[in-house]
Amino acid sequence: MTVTTEKPPAPPLPGAGSGPGQGPRLDLDELAGLRTVRARHPWRWAAGIAALVVVAQFAHGLATNPGWDWATFRLFFTADTIVRAVGRTLKLTAYGTVLGFLLGAGVAALRLSRSAILRTIAWAYVWVFRSIPLIVQLVFWFNLSYLYKRFGIGIPFGPTFGEVDTVGVLSALGAAVLGLGLHQAAFAAEIIRGGILAVDPGQREAAAALGIPRWRQARRIVLPQAMRGILPAAANEVISLLKGTSVVYVMAIGELFYQAQVIYGRTGRVVPLLMVATVWYVLLTTVLSIGQYYVERHFARGSRRTPPPTPLQRARAFVRSLPTVRTSGGHP
Amino acid sequence: MTTPITLTTPTTSTTPGEGDPQSPPMVQVRGLHKSFGQLAVLRGVDLDVPAGSVTVVLGPSGSGKSTLLRSINHLEKLDRGHVAIDGELIGYRRSGDRLYELREREVLRQRTHIGFVFQNFNLFPHLTVLENLVEAPIAALGRPRAEARAAALALLARVGLADKADAYPRQLSGGQQQRVAIARALALEPKVLLFDEPTSALDPELVGEVLDVIKDLARSGTTMIVVTHEIGFAREVADTVVFMDGGVVVEQGPPAEVLDRPRHERTRAFLAKVL
Repeated sequence: MTVTTEKPPAPPLPGAGSGPGQGPRLDLDELAGLRTVRARHPWRWAAGIAALVVVAQFAHGLATNPGWDWATFRLFFTADTIVRAVGRTLKLTAYGTVLGFLLGAGVAALRLSRSAILRTIAWAYVWVFRSIPLIVQLVFWFNLSYLYKRFGIGIPFGPTFGEVDTVGVLSALGAAVLGLGLHQAAFAAEIIRGGILAVDPGQREAAAALGIPRWRQARRIVLPQAMRGILPAAANEVISLLKGTSVVYVMAIGELFYQAQVIYGRTGRVVPLLMVATVWYVLLTTVLSIGQYYVERHFARGSRRTPPPTPLQRARAFVRSLPTVRTSGGHP
Repeated sequence: MTTPITLTTPTTSTTPGEGDPQSPPMVQVRGLHKSFGQLAVLRGVDLDVPAGSVTVVLGPSGSGKSTLLRSINHLEKLDRGHVAIDGELIGYRRSGDRLYELREREVLRQRTHIGFVFQNFNLFPHLTVLENLVEAPIAALGRPRAEARAAALALLARVGLADKADAYPRQLSGGQQQRVAIARALALEPKVLLFDEPTSALDPELVGEVLDVIKDLARSGTTMIVVTHEIGFAREVADTVVFMDGGVVVEQGPPAEVLDRPRHERTRAFLAKVL
């Protein structure tokens, strides 16, 4: 018995099997004058419109629901107490950022040190301050005077040169800045360390081979390149610190959220005052985000063949491109 | 116009290739051992490089060529053995019958006498070409900026990149980047130049322009040690060819000897593969 395997004749594939000249004739020159019809995407449009309806509904609610009480919002949005509170929030953010990142840079340097003792201490710092919730730490600093009544400077385990009352040194605001800064430093240290580790080791090696002093290697060669990795995460931290300052209300410091609470506690208009705080936070975050863009752009120099356009340049280019869009969309 | 532009490179004045038999070698390597964990990369390397000569180091990958080069400028700490450049012990200081490990600051100062050109260029991408060149003379040698700048521009002209002073490294081709890296190494006016596979990261059509610069330096009497896989370059430029395998120098001699009449089986096997 013989088994023959016989394949069914394959359906002719377009273009396959046929030799040159046997396929359908296509004269590309003929196409030159034809009009092109764009592919249509009805579902894309449907989904977009559905989303717009939801957004419109929300916007309508914002405008018409009397619960939002926009009159009260307007009354308090630029009120003196609120503006002063915004100032205090900014101050806390600025001090917390400066203290946090200075200390964080130090801790990061220690974590990358060649001394095992310094590395361990830095690791322990990060471990402790990342573990303690910010609010717990703040209350703790606020109550520091229970633990250390007096604060002095002198030789460790030896004589003391001068002493002051802890309460006098550490005001509520001071305790808040200290807490925010120490908390921030633990996170900043890890962000900075990550940025430094991401720089090509060949860079430091080349600097070492050129005999460039160690401090200058760090400042001139490694850190500017590390900044590219550090900045997005650092901006996140600053923004989260800005909002994190609202936790400070537990120490009765008149920052934005605390002040909003004081006012709605008095007037009972909770929602409009929460909106006052919200809109301020959004505004401040927006300013920070714009700043972030330009700082990142500065540190990106040399990373691309041509620097990316600023949003303004991009907007101008978009406006310039508009007429062509209109003509291509305006075909009869 | 008071700034003197130094174009003479890196050498004491000996005839290229000859090496004054009276003067000590520019580079001396004795009994070099280096292990990375369990892996012994260098197992007793001796090498003498006369001033003004070009030594090309060949060998299969993993034979310890790069480690030897990196040990010479102390980028790798030695396990055993010693390196001297122009009679100065690298990485250690002798006092009586003891050797004291030098501190980093002193090693950095010694490295200013040793130019190093990396396989991957390692230019500083955030600095312009000119800033790359003046950084070390200013930071390590304390040269005035104007002087460093003038010298850097002259060096750029020498490697044929005078018009790229304000470009960033990523705006250049690989061959141009490596030429900038060579100029950067020359900016310190080193006594010896070390090249670690300077053309291995380049597209084939860019290899020539880099080798031309190195040949030009060889003709001007720069003391150089070049680790490379370019046999043709070795034949043309080298005064001495060193063949390494398994962490030791298998044989060395003039290119005509080592490349055309190798005495060792390992050398023959390697050359058969690469030629």
